[in-house]
Amino acid sequence: MAILITEETRVVVQGLSGRIGQFHAQEMIEHGTRVVAGVTPGKGGTTVLNRPVFNTVREAVEATGADASLLFVPPPAAADAMMEAADAGIRTAVCVTDGIPAQDMMRVKRFLRRFPRDRKMRLIGPNCAGIISPGKGFMGIMPPAIYTPGRVGIVGRSGTLGYEAASQMQALGIGVSSSIGIGGDPINGSSFRDILELFEADPETDAVIMIGEIGGPQEAEAAAYVRDHMTKPVAAYIAGLAAPKGRQMGHAGAIISAFGESAQEKVALLSACGIEVAPNPSAMGETVARLLAPTRSAA
Amino acid sequence: MDIHEHQAKAILARFGVPVPRGGVAFTPEQAAHLFRTLGGEVCVVKAQVHSGGRGEAGGVKLCRSDAEVREFASGLLGTTLVTKQTGAAGKRIDRLWIEEASNIARELYLGFVLDRKSERIMIVASGHGGMEIEDLAEEDPESLIRMVIDPAVGLADYQARELAFRLGLSGQQVGQMVTALRACYRAYRDLDAMMVEINPLVVCDDGSIVALDAKMSFDTNALFRREEVASLRDPGQEDPRESFAHDHGLAYVGLDGDIGCIINGAGLAMASMDMIQLAGGAPANFLDIGGGASPERVCQAFRTVLSDPNVSVILVNIFAGINRCDWIANGVIQAYKEVGIEIPVVVRLSGTNVEAGRRIIRDSGLPIIGADTLSEAAHAAVAARPHTIAAE
Repeated sequence: MAILITEETRVVVQGLSGRIGQFHAQEMIEHGTRVVAGVTPGKGGTTVLNRPVFNTVREAVEATGADASLLFVPPPAAADAMMEAADAGIRTAVCVTDGIPAQDMMRVKRFLRRFPRDRKMRLIGPNCAGIISPGKGFMGIMPPAIYTPGRVGIVGRSGTLGYEAASQMQALGIGVSSSIGIGGDPINGSSFRDILELFEADPETDAVIMIGEIGGPQEAEAAAYVRDHMTKPVAAYIAGLAAPKGRQMGHAGAIISAFGESAQEKVALLSACGIEVAPNPSAMGETVARLLAPTRSAA
Repeated sequence: MDIHEHQAKAILARFGVPVPRGGVAFTPEQAAHLFRTLGGEVCVVKAQVHSGGRGEAGGVKLCRSDAEVREFASGLLGTTLVTKQTGAAGKRIDRLWIEEASNIARELYLGFVLDRKSERIMIVASGHGGMEIEDLAEEDPESLIRMVIDPAVGLADYQARELAFRLGLSGQQVGQMVTALRACYRAYRDLDAMMVEINPLVVCDDGSIVALDAKMSFDTNALFRREEVASLRDPGQEDPRESFAHDHGLAYVGLDGDIGCIINGAGLAMASMDMIQLAGGAPANFLDIGGGASPERVCQAFRTVLSDPNVSVILVNIFAGINRCDWIANGVIQAYKEVGIEIPVVVRLSGTNVEAGRRIIRDSGLPIIGADTLSEAAHAAVAARPHTIAAE
């Protein structure tokens, strides 16, 4: 089953006509993703990669039954495109765009609350690598070859550090059910906790690795959820042990500005909640392997 | 992006926050002239640098004559001010703000920040102004009043009133406070700020409310639609290496160590720094070359890292997704040709087009140290430092 994307997911690409959108949509199609349409305002009626392009997301949904959207929309228009997707009935949207103003995201999050639970859109990102269920499909910019199909979930802020974890796991023969990049911005669509809930409920996931970093309260919130509600084992790594306070480390959200936001404090908190924290970024694969060891010997 | 106090005061005044009368001086003569035009017996001279803690560092003084102003100004202008926030390098003082002195009856703290928990703008206020917010949070957390603003409605009057009453204000001060709060909120919202801080906001002897200090920082992601804010950038307050990197599409933060880092992705860059530290070394910088990096951008990354005289080894760690290892490899070779590299370079490539990238490095004949994993790369970089070689 995996989470958020399967071989059934019908994907529309907002910004398909652009160079980047087209390049990544091609990769997605080659790896079995059901890309059914594109949306580029003003390019309605054309085709790209043999897929119809529509002027609006609503038309794309009506004509193709798309239920997920991948956004390659430049920062000034990205928030608007996310709201358009939500209003058109898209259930899962993934936004790769980096550089969206924080107040735009504040408005998007407020807007998403107006929909009742049964037609509320789940947003992943922005500023993320995307989501992949290996062997089933992916929406994003990751290199799919580094993921082996399997039963461990990955959730992380950083794209490349998520690749690092997947390849360490691949080297140890550990496969991935789904890997979700939640992005490096201070306000994002889905939190660590939101994704952990999905993995906890997914029968095809046995364990999860969560890859966090300095800044923000989301790792702490996730740790409390793991302690109180999760039955599956969780490993973690927190990047930024060597990062100074008060300086932004690339990601808009990676800045230690309050108590509990340093890597050291997060590691201590996660460990206290029963999460197995990898001592260094080269040990992410081993740490997952250790978590799985009892399950494997039992099987 | 940070701006100066005088710029923040001008913005807040325009939105309706009362600020003391004053002006900016770039020379001691201008400063003395401002003292005379302000017309009072006392004025405050404040060094304009992008940092808090200026008073403690000797950058603020009450002056009672134009001669005193001139003398203090001459001592400050052109020097660097080292505060507890600037680090040892300090920040250069190029301008001063001269303002009329206020008769302070009470000091309050007022801040507007982006609250990542509620994902909304939050007001933080306290009846104990003048202290740093970090110290306040530690020493008197009970005094902090927090209020979250709904972006669809904006700051409601009842919220502003409630805040004023909880700060112990009464009579006409309540109305003044409501006006000031609404003004700060509009400035924050309309200009895409990330932080507005007035510390202290003072109640004067005559009952009026005035912003004695002001600090604003802005969302760099929104500068494309805030030309006025963008024009307030003062490169003189930035680390020149960070400005150079920023202008070439690189995210760079200078640190104290000697292992220069060129990495793709913020998370992997932080993880590589961590790995270097665990391997017994110290990173000289954070650097994210970003996605789709061309050989030219890789070359600029080498220039940036090498402009730090402390760097004795360079570690290139790339896990290519949207990047391509062959482009990165060509960039490294181009850097050897164009920039001139005389220190050891460790390169670890993984991901998209990795075979092509590794082949380019191997066939180049350059003395590049290859590594297959993150751990190997960090240990190789630590081992390649010149003093380690000398010890062997």
